Amino acid sequence: MTAVAEPLVLRADRPFWRRNLTLTVVLYVVLALGSLVFVYPFLWMLATSLRSLAGVGSSGASVVPHEFLWDNYRRAVTSFPFWRYALNSVLTTLIPIAGTVFSCSLAGFAFARLQVRFAGVLFAVVLATMLLPGEVTMVPQFMLFNNFGMVDTLYPLILPAFFGSPFYIFLFRQFFARMPGELADAAVVDGCGWFKMFLLVYLPLARPAVVAVSILLFMGYWNNFLGPAIYINSDQWKTLPLALAGFQSVNGTDTPLLMATSVLITIPCVLIFFAAQKQLTDGITFTGGK
Amino acid sequence: MNPTVGWIRSLAQDWGVPNALVPLVPFLLLLIGLYAVIALAAYLARRKWPRADKTIAFWLFVSPWLIGFCLFTIGPIASSIYVSLTSWDLITPPRFVGLANYTEAFQDPKVAQALKVTLLYAVVSVPLQTVLAFLVALLLNTDLPGMRLFRTIWYLPSLVSGVAQMVLFLWVFNPQYGLMNDVLGRFGIAGPGWFNDAGWALPTVILMSLWTIGGAMVIYLAGLKDVPSNLYEAAALDGAGAVRQFWHLTLPQMSPIILFNALTGIIGSLQIFTQGFIANGGPKDSLLFFVYYLYDNAFQNFRMGYASALAWILFVVILALTAVTLRGSAFAVYYETELSRKRRRR
Repeated sequence: MTAVAEPLVLRADRPFWRRNLTLTVVLYVVLALGSLVFVYPFLWMLATSLRSLAGVGSSGASVVPHEFLWDNYRRAVTSFPFWRYALNSVLTTLIPIAGTVFSCSLAGFAFARLQVRFAGVLFAVVLATMLLPGEVTMVPQFMLFNNFGMVDTLYPLILPAFFGSPFYIFLFRQFFARMPGELADAAVVDGCGWFKMFLLVYLPLARPAVVAVSILLFMGYWNNFLGPAIYINSDQWKTLPLALAGFQSVNGTDTPLLMATSVLITIPCVLIFFAAQKQLTDGITFTGGK
Repeated sequence: MNPTVGWIRSLAQDWGVPNALVPLVPFLLLLIGLYAVIALAAYLARRKWPRADKTIAFWLFVSPWLIGFCLFTIGPIASSIYVSLTSWDLITPPRFVGLANYTEAFQDPKVAQALKVTLLYAVVSVPLQTVLAFLVALLLNTDLPGMRLFRTIWYLPSLVSGVAQMVLFLWVFNPQYGLMNDVLGRFGIAGPGWFNDAGWALPTVILMSLWTIGGAMVIYLAGLKDVPSNLYEAAALDGAGAVRQFWHLTLPQMSPIILFNALTGIIGSLQIFTQGFIANGGPKDSLLFFVYYLYDNAFQNFRMGYASALAWILFVVILALTAVTLRGSAFAVYYETELSRKRRRR
């Protein structure tokens, strides 16, 4: 009797890779092959970025570095105004992150903690706008910024962030709603106003959410392409992705240079990912899971 | 530019505002004006209802979003409907043409092509991505040593920007020098022309999209961790094997997350743009994605009215596909709340 039921339960605390060696080997082989597929284009990009133009034509799929032309990277940052574009990218990434975190945490806090009349209706409106594709408002937004004389400046890429985005409002609301309400009561007893309470009590506690949202936003804004493609015409305001796209069409044959630039654009995302891996996965957990 | 805005700008220039900040001045003035009104309203409300501080705080807190909603969502929606009924090149004043833009769109062979390409992409790539990401998540959810490394590797491609990705894959799939055909050549297979071949361009983009399933995979992983382990223990006690545990436990528990990923996938895939832009629409319009064609009309040909009509057509398509997915999945998705509701009834 016990011999049938017990082993299953008892074995659960023994790692399964000790139990089933064949399956473990098969899994590792699949994992290794899959990883190769996923990482190979990366390695190829790196290897190609270090080759000469002639080397690209002859080396095919090889990622073995026959040559190390670090000069490609020097050329990548000097043959076009790389630092100018990088500055534009940084400006259109960091300021909007600050703006989104500010506006969305404020609204999220209100929806989670200040249950007043019409709050529910308004929150339904927030959720409804999540369904609206950006393309519908793309053309009229362009006209709005055109009326304000802001086309071909960085402002259209920066300003909207200060006015909230439904997805992140929703995220912050979920986070604040899970915090204990006693905090608010205590703060009220201490004679705290609502804004002070938000700023000094709740926002510091929401640090994990702020960090996770900031990372997600970083990836979004840093890699944003449609926005700059719409609003930016002149060279001085181009962001890195836009410059790379233009570079691709103008200089399509200089593959090593293109790859070096692509690597340079990707590096900040990879660095941030590694620096904040835990916060990011936690952040995605509360994004997607619940 | 609006004449009032122009006037304010010239005033700002006279006052010595730095050139880079001049475009901001009219907008800031509008904002200051708006907030003056809001502050006055809050002050008056506070005097009239001294105990309504919570309500006042709520409206102040959501005011950035509310202003943005009016300025960047509701206003544009209203004007987009109007503009879609006009012919407008941004220079001469808009001319009302009724439904002409819509009738033109329905007869435009390029719209038909764009819809075909975009829908084909969505219908093929979303199920592929959803299934693959789920299988990968199941694989990466096993607690083998070193799994963190594998998870990181499979997620990394999702960090590459759309442009860099497309630039990279244009070369991976280059018929002469590319990685793909070289690998295939070693197995004695003559690779196709990929992006250069009208018949292969779309399949190539679909193939390429599978490289970035990492985002969806991470969400599945988070969901798999949330499935209560005592359910598995109970199932194992009842004698359910791995396969039955998967079909009767993992899959139902994960179905809301699968639906979430499928929906965001559908909406995202219908809005694909960068790939079409970089490839200039592909050979014979094989990569003429809908948003790319919309962009082309609005910001290359300055046909604002026609582009607005296209945007509304896209909206209807997205709505329809979302509704179909929701309807079709209603029987297959299991929610925790359903169970608790049944329990309560008992």
